[in-house]
Amino acid sequence: MNWRGFLWALTALASHWRRRPLLLAAALVGLAAATGLWIGVQALNAEARRAYDDAARAMSAAALPALVAEGGGPADIARFGPLRRAGWPASPLIDVDLAVEGAPASLRLMGVEPVSLPEAAGLALFGAGEDEAGNDADADAPPAPDYAAFTRPPGRALIAPATLAELGDALGVGAGDRLATPRGETPPLVASAAAAPGVLIMDFGFAQRLAGMEGRTTRFLLDPDAELPAAPLSDIAPDLRRAAPRAAADPAQLTESFHLNLTAFGFLAFAVGLFIAHGAVGLAFEQRRGLMRSLRACGLPAWTLCAALGAELLVLALLAGVAGIAGGATVAAALLPDVAASLRGLYDAPAPDALSLPLSWWLWGLGMSVAGAAVASGGALWKAARMPVLDSARPEAWFAAARRARARQGALAGALAVVAAGLAVWGEGLVAGFAMIGAMLGAAALALPLALGAALAGLQGLADRRWGPLAAWMAADARQQLPGLSLALMALMIALAANVGVGSMVDGFRLTFESWLEDRLAAEVYAEAEPGAAPRLAALIAADPRISADLPEWRAETVLDGAPVELRGFADHATWRRRWPLLEAAPGAWDRVAAGQGAMISEQLARRLDLGLGDPLALAGGAALPVAAIFADYGNPRGQVRLSNAALAARAPEAERGRHALRVTPPEAAEAVAAELDAAEGVSAMEQGSIRALSSRIFERTFAVTGALNTLTFGVAGIALATALLSLSAARLPQTAPVWAMGTSRRRLAAMELGRIMGLALLTAMLATPLGVALAWALVAVVNVAAFGWRLPLHVFPADWLRLAALAVAAAGLAAAIPLAGFLRTSPAALAKVFADER
Amino acid sequence: MSAEGRRRALRLLGALAVTGAAAPATWLGGRAAAQGYAGLGADAEGYSQVVEGRRFAFPRDRGPHPDFRIEWWYLTANLSDAAGRAFGVQWTLFRQAVSPDPGLDGWASPQIWMGHAALTSADRHLTAEKFGRGGVGQAGAVAQPYRAWIDDWRMESLGEGFSPLRLRAGGRGFSYDLGLRAEGPEVLQGRAGYSVKSERGQASYYYSAPFLRASGELRLGGERVEVSGPAWLDREWSSQPLEADQPGWDWFSVHLEGGDKLMLYRMRRVGARPYLSAAWIRPDGAIERLDPAEVALAPAAEAEVAGRMIPLEWTVEIPSRGLALIVEPLNRAAWMDMSFPYWEGPIRVEGSRAGVGYMELTGY
Repeated sequence: MNWRGFLWALTALASHWRRRPLLLAAALVGLAAATGLWIGVQALNAEARRAYDDAARAMSAAALPALVAEGGGPADIARFGPLRRAGWPASPLIDVDLAVEGAPASLRLMGVEPVSLPEAAGLALFGAGEDEAGNDADADAPPAPDYAAFTRPPGRALIAPATLAELGDALGVGAGDRLATPRGETPPLVASAAAAPGVLIMDFGFAQRLAGMEGRTTRFLLDPDAELPAAPLSDIAPDLRRAAPRAAADPAQLTESFHLNLTAFGFLAFAVGLFIAHGAVGLAFEQRRGLMRSLRACGLPAWTLCAALGAELLVLALLAGVAGIAGGATVAAALLPDVAASLRGLYDAPAPDALSLPLSWWLWGLGMSVAGAAVASGGALWKAARMPVLDSARPEAWFAAARRARARQGALAGALAVVAAGLAVWGEGLVAGFAMIGAMLGAAALALPLALGAALAGLQGLADRRWGPLAAWMAADARQQLPGLSLALMALMIALAANVGVGSMVDGFRLTFESWLEDRLAAEVYAEAEPGAAPRLAALIAADPRISADLPEWRAETVLDGAPVELRGFADHATWRRRWPLLEAAPGAWDRVAAGQGAMISEQLARRLDLGLGDPLALAGGAALPVAAIFADYGNPRGQVRLSNAALAARAPEAERGRHALRVTPPEAAEAVAAELDAAEGVSAMEQGSIRALSSRIFERTFAVTGALNTLTFGVAGIALATALLSLSAARLPQTAPVWAMGTSRRRLAAMELGRIMGLALLTAMLATPLGVALAWALVAVVNVAAFGWRLPLHVFPADWLRLAALAVAAAGLAAAIPLAGFLRTSPAALAKVFADER
Repeated sequence: MSAEGRRRALRLLGALAVTGAAAPATWLGGRAAAQGYAGLGADAEGYSQVVEGRRFAFPRDRGPHPDFRIEWWYLTANLSDAAGRAFGVQWTLFRQAVSPDPGLDGWASPQIWMGHAALTSADRHLTAEKFGRGGVGQAGAVAQPYRAWIDDWRMESLGEGFSPLRLRAGGRGFSYDLGLRAEGPEVLQGRAGYSVKSERGQASYYYSAPFLRASGELRLGGERVEVSGPAWLDREWSSQPLEADQPGWDWFSVHLEGGDKLMLYRMRRVGARPYLSAAWIRPDGAIERLDPAEVALAPAAEAEVAGRMIPLEWTVEIPSRGLALIVEPLNRAAWMDMSFPYWEGPIRVEGSRAGVGYMELTGY
């Protein structure tokens, strides 16, 4: 390689950026914004998912079926051997609060028997990673103690690293230390991701002693993946009964859909950022065509020139990448508290507040930036490589090429539109849904310059006939300007469409969810008794005169089509008939279900089993029941079947009977009733308003994140427009100068320019609105259904469209302000000089 | 058990081993990948050691020996139904101590148990694996009345004595429920029960009950089959049965026509001749150790099973007894895809005498 030639070429090429700092800024900002927002969103998602996983780990033991003491209280551990020998896949679990001396809050003590613990418990104690000697495989997984260390004195107490750090701050303890509790010291602490925050996991033997439960266990977990023995439980352990799993934490699924949207936002931001970079790099290339011709004429080989261009881009990309990742991390860190707060609300468990950005993310981000730069400038490099030595320098070539490319764009747009339509009709599943959205946005973006061109051509004709030459020039000039602005306008349109689309979905979701919650939580108070406390709760309810109706809700578990399904029983009452939200119902549905001659099924289950009204639903324990109604069950990953309590009890005698929905008169007394019930031992009760407030709070938090990202995407589109206008402003003097020379004042010209840009923005906004609605439809009717099995009604919010259009016009005006201010300051001499420079 | 489950179980036990009837095996508390098959060659400090001259006593020695690190109850049966179809049944219970502490019971017990069950026909081979914690009743063994169990798999005496017994186990797609009757005595292998595994003195305590007669029912898929045939129980315990450079072994038990029994194994060694041991058991229970120089045991043909080459056909020659045997598996696919995988299945024996038996090939 001719290093001297390479370095000279690099110096010559780079000198251009010194003279065009705005263009340099545009390229850097574009790449940085692309990288930063993408990385920020990904980091946010990763952090939130990690927190979900941590929390889900502690929850999942509760999601297993279990054997509990018939009469309430702990079960006799002496049943363990006989149960196992009779083939029951049982594993004891101690699950209690553990007070730690000197600690601000108690911990949740989980005592497990690691050999028999069902895999489905998700307490991946030894599941992955190294043993203590550091001898094993999965590099990412935390070290797990080996069996002997865990079960043999002094044992091990697994604790989440974050919780260990908190205890370290409060008590000065660290790994290897033992915690003092009222019944003695815990085994030495070991930081482990196997433990959810706030949970201490140890072998059953040690837990028994610390919990003061020698000879007893909270419950026996049953392995849901193992077959149950044919012999009835009463033969082996008449003092035990089967209990259905507790309901899973539904909102985790709900938030998952928003992570999907965050990802989509990140991707859009990336695409828009690349548009900016592409525009800036492309323009810089065209502006340096003359320089490159000179370099080539001086004997510089084409590939050395390309290498210099490539090196320049690499430096740009790395600079922008570093800035972008730093910015992205800042954005993500700013948004994280919202996510963390929602997790706390959801799980009542500490969520991570700190964003970690490991080295791999930096490398990944820089890679994204370099790849983005390559995509944004691939065309320019290709042209530089193929440029004939004696080609004349033609700065307008870019625009001319853009004009020629229009026909190709149109064809491509049409093809993408056909693909999108095809996917909409025949596509199935999540990938097809996203592909459809991509094709749709691509088609619309490519079609935008054509649509704007057509609209401007119409305006130009109109101006010719009606408004005089200046207006006609203005329209014609706008058409001429279009190729240079089209990329920025595409970005603006996609940002607008995304705002309309995602905004519609989020707002629609909020509306739907709130009204659904309102109906679903029709009773004033919800109370639940632990196994064994049910009679106590029933007595309390019966004794309270403020409770006007007691609506027991029984619950059991079954399997349909190989997947677990929840059976819910309900009491026939006007409350449900009036309020329970049904999507579809056969005539007399409530009567039929109340009489045990029908079942109501959730939308997810209906979709999964492909069941419609009147179809037979095969349930264990009796004849098939016709589907009487289908109800919405947003956010619940499991299918649900609703029966009358009597029908449920007939099919599942083991059904849990500790849950009650309570009507309270007057409703104002609900809070007091809930508080009093909640104070009773083994009973938890919540007032309907608190449940709803909790759910809404969680959602508002998520909306805050979405809203912030909306604003950011919009900001990026604004930057795109500003950089495009800035980079065009110098090139536009040859168009403007003649009009000025013919007597139009600079002020007037500037006003026309401003009007033109704002007009283009308005036109773009008008075109973006239907695209946004289409996007909302795609998210609601395709993506959500494929991802979660339920469909939201599509709501549109025209007021939002107007607000967005106004915002777009204002942003365009703002973006045009800087170059126009420059234009107003342009001296007449400079304008006159245009004629001398004209080639 | 799923692949994930196996990985979990594997890590759970630290490192584990499986094994064979007459041949040694075990789990280990630590990691010992480089120490022979399944870490059987790991250090045994703190555990009771195998020494020559121990006196065996029954029924005591039918029960567990918790001060030794590893121990197993290993039953194989060669069965056939009325139509002459051949089947093989394996029932194995392994005990391992994860620490040499003397017999604490309850939750602090250092014992951990593992069960393997398999049912083999000419075209099917179904297996299952179980783990259980010692000290709390999930798994264990008792000398009298004799029983050994893990969960609902069990081998137990029906009366006060050892025989008759009942044997039960099952897994996905199979189960068996067999009666066992002893038609001859238990015999001490090696030198009065002291069974040497290498020239350097590694050894185990080893006795067999080769004269069991099994009859009962198999369930294979949806089919129920009445079967009967000879069965063989091996009992072995040790603390360090293998040298670190012994990667595995090839073990055979054979019921010959005419009532003679043959047991032989060879412990393979890296870069050296295998260590061979063989015993001839007459129908009256008299056992005779054979001079390794008199016995030629050699692989005759390899086949690919579970992605590895395994010698599935063998020749056995014992000229002093006029014996020249060809050994072939009933089902080549009898791969035990367990936490520690090995090949184990029923065999047919032809040549100068016919017979049936079991073959175990580990460390491939």
